[in-house]
Amino acid sequence: MLLVTNLHVEVGGTPLLKGLSLQVPAGEVHAIMGPNGAGKSTLSYTLAGREGYEVTQGSASLNGEDLFALEANERAAKGLFLSFQYPLEIPGVPSLTFIRTALNAQRKARGEDEIGAPAFLKLAREKAASLKIDFDMLKRPLNVGFSGGEKKRMEICQMTMLLPKFLILDETDSGLDIDALRIVSEGVNALRSPERGMLVITHYQRLLDYIKPDRVHVLAGGKIVTSGGPELALELEETGYDRFAQVAA
Amino acid sequence: MSLALALQSGDVASLPSRRDEAWRYTDLRAALRAIPASSPRGEAPLSAGPFAALDAVETIIITNGFGPDRLSVAAGEHRTVALRFIASEAASAHHGSLTIEVAEGGSLTLLESHEGFGQNYVSDIAIGLQIGPGATLERVSILNDSAEAISVVTARVDLSANATLNQTVLTTGAKRQRFETHVSHPGQGASVRLDGVYLLGEARHSDQTTLVTHKGEGGTTTQLTKGAVRDSARAVFQGKITVERGADQTDARMGHHALILSERAEIDAKPELEIYADDVSCAHGNTVGALDEEALFYIRSRGVPHIDARALLISAFVGEVTDRIGHEGARQMAQDWLLASGMGAS
Repeated sequence: MLLVTNLHVEVGGTPLLKGLSLQVPAGEVHAIMGPNGAGKSTLSYTLAGREGYEVTQGSASLNGEDLFALEANERAAKGLFLSFQYPLEIPGVPSLTFIRTALNAQRKARGEDEIGAPAFLKLAREKAASLKIDFDMLKRPLNVGFSGGEKKRMEICQMTMLLPKFLILDETDSGLDIDALRIVSEGVNALRSPERGMLVITHYQRLLDYIKPDRVHVLAGGKIVTSGGPELALELEETGYDRFAQVAA
Repeated sequence: MSLALALQSGDVASLPSRRDEAWRYTDLRAALRAIPASSPRGEAPLSAGPFAALDAVETIIITNGFGPDRLSVAAGEHRTVALRFIASEAASAHHGSLTIEVAEGGSLTLLESHEGFGQNYVSDIAIGLQIGPGATLERVSILNDSAEAISVVTARVDLSANATLNQTVLTTGAKRQRFETHVSHPGQGASVRLDGVYLLGEARHSDQTTLVTHKGEGGTTTQLTKGAVRDSARAVFQGKITVERGADQTDARMGHHALILSERAEIDAKPELEIYADDVSCAHGNTVGALDEEALFYIRSRGVPHIDARALLISAFVGEVTDRIGHEGARQMAQDWLLASGMGAS
């Protein structure tokens, strides 16, 4: 369960989140929708532990662990995974090396044995095949020269191998054509389970046709202004975000 | 002005200083108040050296300048030699020299190490290399000097037609360190690759200086030096390529790219192309930057601790250079050396 209470965040002295509260129980998928500049990416970066996002008030916990008391890498080891809107290119580091380094760092932090090379390669082959990723792509430097769709698929590949307890998908649909969107969504849906919660952040309703949320929250002006069932997303598609601009102000 | 001259005369006034343009960033005069006593012969080291794990390697050891003065590879012969320069005594100075010849069509893989066991020694090594027609030299040099050492290595390479020189230098620096390579390039199908990596921490200094002179038509030179400096370390890269009149169809490329990991660290880069021929293709590129904070956060968000994430980015950055080492064992060793450098710590 992800629990966010009265979260206030500033970047460079500018308040971006102004009292955001949110509760995502394990097993549920919640969507956060909102206009540009509402604070969607601020929320995902703050939860993941990026420098420069200063929490001035409020709290956030994952399964009872205080996230703000942990470094970014410690949060990952506790099971938090942020799928980036724009995944970074890491020249010189093959994707396989990167994922194995991450997996073993997390296992080490949890006091588990590191996974050996043969077992890791077997796992990587299986997961790549299930996501229709050419295994040779995993030998190339991470995300370097990949298309937008390939980068998002690599994010899904990472989460499929790291098996986090909670996923934050930040604008995963941006830059995807309809085929890529379907493949990526299938990958995400395969990870739905009673133990795993998900927060799907998106500007458009389109993604939610593929990843069906249990709850939809509207983020505007730095806080959640309304929440509802999946029908709220459809409603927003009709009416737009304009009416929330006043609520937030 | 040279360190060799100063060691011979015992006069610090003979040391190169910042007033000598070529030594502007590597002031030996300021680093050495008096010339120390000559190093004794010294004991052979207990350590097996950085290349010990590699198979089928002959070893030559030169301790405090004492050892063989010639290495010859016969025509058509192929050899792999670990050449170990050892500085075993603190507070002493020595000069050593060696001549290496690779005859026509021969090849030598030279795994060269400069290993400092004593502290604050002064070491001056001169190597002359004659590479015959169609012969190949692959030189991989690891500089493991002590933090308080003053160490200068000067190599003069004389290439023949169709010969190949591939060189990679890996260094962690010293109090003052200079690795200087002069290449007389005949053109005529000869090819040169001069690469370097430096990873410097604390108050260490390292200077990689290269001077390549293209004297005939149709020669190629490629250079790639990459490095990172942290704390108050200081790196110097001076690369000069001269293309003489008539050395047409010369293809020369020089790249130097570095990361500065702290505010007090410094990099001095001086790339120079001097071209007197008309029909040539020459270029140089030089960049100095910081680690990509966004990439660092991305790696950390996957569970990798800060120090390891930095080390991963740094070794990936300079790994482009070590990937170019032809000898597989030496390449692997160089990659292990990168990971063991501990550059991730900030």
